[in-house]
Amino acid sequence: MSARAGNHKGPLLEVRDLHAGVAEVEILKGLDLTVNLGEVHAIMGPNGSGKSTLANVLAGKPEYKVTAGEVIYEGSNLLKLTPDRRALDGIFLAFQYPVELPGVREREFMKTALDAIREHRGLEKLSVREFNKLFQEKIAQMEMSPDLVKRSVNEGFSGGEKKRNEILQLAVLEPKLALLDETDSGLDIDALKIVADGVNKLRGPSRAIVIVTHYQRILDYIKPDFVHVLIDGRIVRSGGPELALELEAKGYEWIKEAVESGERLSV
Amino acid sequence: MPHALATPDSYLTDFRTFETNLPDEGPDWIREVRQQALARFRELGFPTARRGNEKWKYTNVGPIADATFSYPFDAGAEVSLSDIRSVAPWDDGWATVVFVNGRYSPALSTIVALDGVQVTNLEEAVRADGDVIERHLARHATYEDDGFTALNTAFLRDGAFVHVPEGESLQSPLHLIFVTAEGAEPGVSYPRTLIVAGARSELTVIESYVSLSSSRYLTDAVTEIVVGDGAQVEHYKLLLESEGAFHVAVSRVHQGEDSVFSSTFYARGAAIARNDIQVLLDAPGSSCTLNGLYMTSGSQHIDNYINIEHAKPHGTSRLFYKGILDGESKAVFGGTVLVRPGADKTDAHQEDKNLLLSEKAEVASKPSLEIYADDVKCGHGATAGTIAEDAIFYMRSRGLDLETATAFLIKGFASGILDKVRVQPLRAFLEKLTTKALWGSRFGQAS
Amino acid sequence: MTTPTKTKVISRKTTDLDTDYKWGFVTDIESDLAPKGLNEEIIRLIVAKKNEPEWMLEWRLRAYRHWMKLNYEEPKWAKIHHPPIDFQDIYYYASPIKEKSPGSLDEVDPELVEAFNKLGIPIEEQKKLSGVAVDAVFDSVSIATTYKKTLEELGIIFCSVSEAVQKHPELIKKYLGSVVPYTDNFYASLNAAVFSDGTFAYIPPGVRCPMELMTYFRMNTEGTGQFERTLIIADEGSYVSYLEGCTAPMRKSNQLHAAVVELIALDNAEIKYSTLQNWYPGDKEGKGGVFNFVTKRGKAAGVNSKISWTQVETGSAITWKYPSVILQGDNSVGEFYSVALVNNYQQADTGTKMIHIGKDTKSTIVAKGISAGHGQNTYRGLVKIMPSATNARNFTRCDSLLIGDKCGAHTVPYIEVRNPTAQMEHEATTSKVSDDQLFYCMQRGISEEDAQHMIINGFCRGIFKELPFEFAMEASQLLKVSLEGAVG
Repeated sequence: MSARAGNHKGPLLEVRDLHAGVAEVEILKGLDLTVNLGEVHAIMGPNGSGKSTLANVLAGKPEYKVTAGEVIYEGSNLLKLTPDRRALDGIFLAFQYPVELPGVREREFMKTALDAIREHRGLEKLSVREFNKLFQEKIAQMEMSPDLVKRSVNEGFSGGEKKRNEILQLAVLEPKLALLDETDSGLDIDALKIVADGVNKLRGPSRAIVIVTHYQRILDYIKPDFVHVLIDGRIVRSGGPELALELEAKGYEWIKEAVESGERLSV
Repeated sequence: MPHALATPDSYLTDFRTFETNLPDEGPDWIREVRQQALARFRELGFPTARRGNEKWKYTNVGPIADATFSYPFDAGAEVSLSDIRSVAPWDDGWATVVFVNGRYSPALSTIVALDGVQVTNLEEAVRADGDVIERHLARHATYEDDGFTALNTAFLRDGAFVHVPEGESLQSPLHLIFVTAEGAEPGVSYPRTLIVAGARSELTVIESYVSLSSSRYLTDAVTEIVVGDGAQVEHYKLLLESEGAFHVAVSRVHQGEDSVFSSTFYARGAAIARNDIQVLLDAPGSSCTLNGLYMTSGSQHIDNYINIEHAKPHGTSRLFYKGILDGESKAVFGGTVLVRPGADKTDAHQEDKNLLLSEKAEVASKPSLEIYADDVKCGHGATAGTIAEDAIFYMRSRGLDLETATAFLIKGFASGILDKVRVQPLRAFLEKLTTKALWGSRFGQAS
Repeated sequence: MTTPTKTKVISRKTTDLDTDYKWGFVTDIESDLAPKGLNEEIIRLIVAKKNEPEWMLEWRLRAYRHWMKLNYEEPKWAKIHHPPIDFQDIYYYASPIKEKSPGSLDEVDPELVEAFNKLGIPIEEQKKLSGVAVDAVFDSVSIATTYKKTLEELGIIFCSVSEAVQKHPELIKKYLGSVVPYTDNFYASLNAAVFSDGTFAYIPPGVRCPMELMTYFRMNTEGTGQFERTLIIADEGSYVSYLEGCTAPMRKSNQLHAAVVELIALDNAEIKYSTLQNWYPGDKEGKGGVFNFVTKRGKAAGVNSKISWTQVETGSAITWKYPSVILQGDNSVGEFYSVALVNNYQQADTGTKMIHIGKDTKSTIVAKGISAGHGQNTYRGLVKIMPSATNARNFTRCDSLLIGDKCGAHTVPYIEVRNPTAQMEHEATTSKVSDDQLFYCMQRGISEEDAQHMIINGFCRGIFKELPFEFAMEASQLLKVSLEGAVG
């Protein structure tokens, strides 16, 4: 079990000069980011800028290799931990492309995960009855069908259902650091509102949320405290929510040009 | 199943005559190969469907083993180009090599400008004893475990030799025509083809087996195809033998790195037909596509035995065979996709679909997977059934009569294969042939 | 006539064998052993021991003579390899009890009762499993059958085959060998000649058997072959669910198990037959283990009858079995649901045969193969649509999962269609547990091993749901235990 929870002072997550990539191709080229509990960060950038790479590196996806820099989570080195250990320590990734698990029922999957996480936090496992109650509440909150529990994880789900299911899992597992990787893509406006509602309910002093997105749309519903612009593997500009609107109005080209001309601004 | 191990005495006698009549020139190794093949045939005889012989489980070659075929097969038969054009696809732009009753016919062949590609009669090529011939002839189609291949190899003489040197490509298709003409008595021919496509070369070749005869005869054919690194070979085989004929053919394909091989097999004819194809993907990144369409009626029997061996990683194979069966005919599909240890990232799929149009038609299908590597994507499917009644009803409710509706659906079924034929005149020929088959004879009579 | 020598079989501790097989204990018990080897004398001896009537002797001798004609030539078509079996070096009769069958459980050796307790199959009346009637078979002989009385009140016969031969000869005469004739195959012939016991069940017309019937097979004595024979008859309009489980001690030598199972379902009757096969698989180097060469076949003889096979095969060094259904009655149904797992050096060649004869017959085949270690796993299945089987339907799905790069997964379907109104579909896939699936589970806090197990369980779920609940739980556990060390 983790004894660090609560004892740790200072930022929840510190990313320092992170260089990482896949199969010899460097995608992140010196990324810095600091996230404190209670904050909501949006990381925006054009396709190929490294947004998903950052999310996957933080979650520990094996094919991503870190070549330099460090990631400190709750005061210690995150990069040496296995993906399941990171999850137990409170990191949750809402996948851009959720994976199908044929034959594995959603309820069984979530119960197993929650049992492991609660055990790690030094809490009692929920009884089957308690879990079912909790799970049904969260399903209702996400306006999903109650028979979801019997379906195989993500199998035969529509794109929108898969994304909603990710937020449902987030609500059940209650992590400290939630990474939302392009969660808004593929959602119609009604579904987006439900998803945003779900995320907003989880905002609070004991949690941080990092939203990785190409478009500003989701930020109309989840107001970030900070917005960062990621271009070519680096955060080139940071600011408040107004930066997102500026990007929406002017596009990424404007910042790219500013960066290329040697200007590097941060707030 | 009767044992088909006939005494191959007549073949042995034929061989002695054959050997005596061979010209003196030519390398020694080919004589040895012939003699070893004959010796092997004496041991193997014809295959039987007896216990444990999974390769021949559903095909009885008794009628072939029990019959007597004369050899040499009436070499004096008179055949004209217009005779051939009445039964085979034709395009004036194609280079054409014609064999009549197993013998090369220079008079009927038209080898136009060939872009540096060597196309000759195999006998001449062997006599010249090129390095390419010795390296490949009888090396891919091994006769150790197959009686028919052994017999063909023992009688190896005429046939097609095609060599596309490295980096060269043949612009228009090459057409090899093996025609059987009416003989005085039932005969046997042993067509042999060796195609070597050098690295990064391109070739389209059509192998047609056609008949001007209505009597019984045996074609025992062997084709070897070597597809070099990065080469692309498109191969078509047309089995248009007479309804009384026996056709047993073996094709062996060897693929190099990043090579692409595609094969389309079209069969309409022969009393007993065996189409045995084996593709060895022997280097990384190679891919093959094997398509087939067979239509049988009467008491025809066709056996497609297709094996694909993935020996190296990153190979792709697609097999797609379709059968349309009428009368009391029987179609057999067998074959294995084999993935060797280490052949990771193999992506293989095989599919055999059969349409049964009559109550007496039969299908036996055995599409197997044999997999020894874990990082692979392999699958297969097989279906058999008759025409969907609701589709027929739907079309009839739009005013089509039963026969037209049925023919439409069968054509739709066949088009899945025919649409993939990339040589336009050939596709037109096959479409016409298919339509004729469906409207003529007993096709389209199902309800 | 040869008289069997009474031998005290002294068990050796087998802890030197490298394996996690937890059912591998040996029970010290006095055994009544016939001499090794097979000849007509041995068959006469078995018949005498069991006090069987003359017609049984004749039937067995016909089977034996047929088998002798096969000249020790085993079937060769399966994708399995093993050293030659010396059929004259096997005990064909081993009985753990005294000369006579015990009248009540009090007369059963307490060692035996304890052995079954240890296996989780209590046979004492006060401890018996609720809702499951058990026939406990130890080596060649049925030890005890629970719930006999409850069942008798419904007219259900549930007893050992030996007892049925004595008490219900008319049923035995009519049905024994009616589905699997003694000429069927090499091992079926051998079984007919020497089978010593097994389970018999008869469900009378219109009766729905209120509890699961179960046989638990335990192979104990070293060097014995196990040749049990099971016969289940569901009379018109009846229903029965039958379970079978099996284990054996760890032995360095291979043991032969050649059973025959025959099922008959008459008009509107249904038989559901479930197997958890957990014979000793041999050690990690492939030494020892059971050769499981079994012939199982059901005849859906009546109209609207149904026979359903579900099997979870995790044990045995070699498995060779094809539980089949002859769909004879119009509108009859045949089903085959299978999970076969091989690890270390295990080999499995298993599948089914669905022979469609009646009109509007339907069959479903779902087979899941899991290969790990150096295991070789083959699905081999025949679907045959006879000319008489108008409107027959078959659906077949075979999926293979490979774990590691030293194992093999093979799929060999045989499809024979002789009626154009048939509709049959066969699909098969081969894959592995993907890295993406593992990462997804681990990102939710689930350990790699648990994630593997969860995904493999998901792969098998369609089969497990066909099993009675308790059996399904056990099957899932068996998979986990059998795959230990193969994952990661």
